[in-house]
Amino acid sequence: MSSNLKTLFWLFVLLLIFFAMGCQRSKAGITVAGSTSVEPFAELLAEEYMHRHPNSHIYVQGGGSSAGIEAIRSGAAHIGMSSRSLIGKEKTLHTITIAKDAIAIIVHPKNPVHDLPFVKVREVFSGQIRNWNELGGPDQPIVLVTREEGSGTREAFQKLVMGEEDIALEALVQDSNGAIRQVVAGDPSAIGYISLGLVNEKVKALQISGTTPSIKNIESGQYHLVRPFLFVFLLEPAGEAKTFLDFVMSPEAQKLLAQEGLVTALSKSTEK
Amino acid sequence: MRIDRTRYLTQGIAKILIWSATLFTIGVMILILFQILSDGLPVLRLHFFTESPRSMGREGGIFSTIIGTVALTFVAILFATPLGVGTAIFLREYTRETKVSRLIRFGTDCLAGVPSIIFGLFGFVFFVIYLNMGWSILSGGLTLAVMILPTIICTSEEAIKAIPYSYREVSYSLGGTKWQTVTRAVLPHSLPGIFTGVILGVGRSIGETAAVILTAGSSLVMPTSFFSPIRTMAVHFYILAREGISMEMAYGTGAALILLVLFVNIIANWLLNRYIRKKG
Amino acid sequence: MDTKEKIIGKSFLIIALSSISALALIAIFIFAEGLPLIWKIGPKAFLFGERWIPSKGEFGILPMIIGSFWVTLGALLLGIPLGMACAIFLSELAPPVVGTVLRPAIQLLAAIPSVIYGFWGLVVLVPLVRNYLGGPGLSILSGSIILGFMILPTIISISEDSLRALPSSFKAGGLALGATHWQTIWRVLIPAARSGIVASIILGMGRAMGETMAMIMILGNAVKMPSSFLDSARTLTTNIGIEMGYASGDHRQALFATGVILFFIIMILNSSAIILSRRRMG
Repeated sequence: MSSNLKTLFWLFVLLLIFFAMGCQRSKAGITVAGSTSVEPFAELLAEEYMHRHPNSHIYVQGGGSSAGIEAIRSGAAHIGMSSRSLIGKEKTLHTITIAKDAIAIIVHPKNPVHDLPFVKVREVFSGQIRNWNELGGPDQPIVLVTREEGSGTREAFQKLVMGEEDIALEALVQDSNGAIRQVVAGDPSAIGYISLGLVNEKVKALQISGTTPSIKNIESGQYHLVRPFLFVFLLEPAGEAKTFLDFVMSPEAQKLLAQEGLVTALSKSTEK
Repeated sequence: MRIDRTRYLTQGIAKILIWSATLFTIGVMILILFQILSDGLPVLRLHFFTESPRSMGREGGIFSTIIGTVALTFVAILFATPLGVGTAIFLREYTRETKVSRLIRFGTDCLAGVPSIIFGLFGFVFFVIYLNMGWSILSGGLTLAVMILPTIICTSEEAIKAIPYSYREVSYSLGGTKWQTVTRAVLPHSLPGIFTGVILGVGRSIGETAAVILTAGSSLVMPTSFFSPIRTMAVHFYILAREGISMEMAYGTGAALILLVLFVNIIANWLLNRYIRKKG
Repeated sequence: MDTKEKIIGKSFLIIALSSISALALIAIFIFAEGLPLIWKIGPKAFLFGERWIPSKGEFGILPMIIGSFWVTLGALLLGIPLGMACAIFLSELAPPVVGTVLRPAIQLLAAIPSVIYGFWGLVVLVPLVRNYLGGPGLSILSGSIILGFMILPTIISISEDSLRALPSSFKAGGLALGATHWQTIWRVLIPAARSGIVASIILGMGRAMGETMAMIMILGNAVKMPSSFLDSARTLTTNIGIEMGYASGDHRQALFATGVILFFIIMILNSSAIILSRRRMG
């Protein structure tokens, strides 16, 4: 073989060796997978945790509440994140509520409507009310924005608000809370729902039947569009997973979550 | 004489339309790039490249995503190059136009047309689930390897085809075996062309998003092994753009992505022109 | 010595089968996950059902097929005229210097990731459509426009190649007969390069049908059957892309089933393009 080719060949072998070395299955650290609503908060907590424990690795992964639960079952993840309560067969798993999150109904800041009776929210999202002028707003068709099927947030919204009724088929669908926020922030006729913790100055959260979605009202139970953020485990939490969990339930971590707009699990609030 | 004038009138109008259409097309394309680059370039300071994303991507830089992109591309090239070059050698040196070779070419052409979301589905169900590799650099890299395989096969074939037969003749007449001919007479001279194909594959891997999200995950943490999940620059850009976490970061990542892809492709084009188009 | 050569030859054969094996593997796994569901709910209900409500077990993908169709059609309506114009420009009207600059530039544009196009569409085009034409802006129209630009490099480069590959006698003959330059282009050259041009359009169509990320960003992804260009819609690709992350059980299988249909359509499109371009070169 020519010398050029020989060098290349050995370079290739070297790369393969390097590659093989990098393939140690023992991925140090733990994987946390599941709800994309919980994901940004878990990432924040993981960042803080890894700050304090420099040798740990926490990998936070989205995929949705259902996927997260499946992941801990298959062993792909150590901790599952869920933004809805467990149902049916899932109830055999261990869950810890790490925080409570409210669902806020959001509109564009320029939208004159700032309060909606609870029943009207359902009528809007089911497509029965189609124009803002029916709600005291301008003569504009309502643009609905919802999460995609399978999302924990959508399921929580479905359960808490829609009940038996379907969300209208013509609703725009976005695959993350942030994306819904983006759409609503850009369209004066849009209405959508996101995690209260993600509401910022670009959108306006509506009062529901006169109740503002605030931490106080959530804790008192007055604002009842609330869902639990859960960490789900296959077995009793142990090892690194338990250390991380302990950190998440500690006052400093809970304060971090409260700063981001969640209701801490440490406060007294009515179970939903 | 009237007829003459109409003909030239038609021609004139047609040419004006074509010039306008072309200028419009070029204009829009440049506009798209310009918009992102102009808002994104100011963000590209040194710390943007050396720091990892913090607080969900609002602050910091894109370092871990750069590592992710490099790692993923590395794995893809590692697997696709031997397979691709080997296929090209086979098609050019070891066989004639038989049923088998036609089948291989058909397979390669078809593979080139498969949409990236299908690769994502495949990679997810095969590498992540079935082979239990999980969301990892490995799963993503192998999926990308399959995606860029046709590119490498095509370019390598062109590179090998461009070597004049006389090179091989000389080797055979000196008593060389086929293997010796391939490794001493043909391959060394087609290396630049093969390298071009590899670069093109790299360019494609960098920009790929759909297949990567489904197979390599979207973790922002620095990877510790090839089994770790990572986020690539393209995926990071997509997530930032959609979630509105930080427009500044989004533009910066987009600008970095564009520059990287342009750089890689300019090199590939230059190599292509130098070593393949000019030969034979 | 001979056996060594034989072994080497066989090894290369095995390596060379990798691309066709990969294709087969992809097909097998996608079909294995998706076909059972199509069977379960019936092909007619799947392909012609108008309601996609996974939580209720309804998996009709007709709105997605229609959505893909309209978006691709719109993209072609934009891409073919502009693409042909650029191809004609490059092969017949451009000064040589301009040509050497433009051609690689178009190749470069082909390499720009689709998420970049999608982002631009989201930030610039969607608000424009919403403010001046109505609707949410996230619509088939916006998607078609962006997609049209995305497939331009494909149409341009292959059409231009076909035009340039024509023997120069064609053009010389046309002009010698007294035709104007344009008449020669329009009536002699383009018809002669027909199969290559059609191949480029079909490949562009395939590219358009396969685009995912940019479409998720711009189309709005509503599941309802679209009734106008300003409506939001979903394509086969975005249907998979937007729900894949969360789906499990029947829902996930339904998404793979969507992949099966998509795979079929793209294979048919690409095979036709391959056959057409082989014919032109052979």
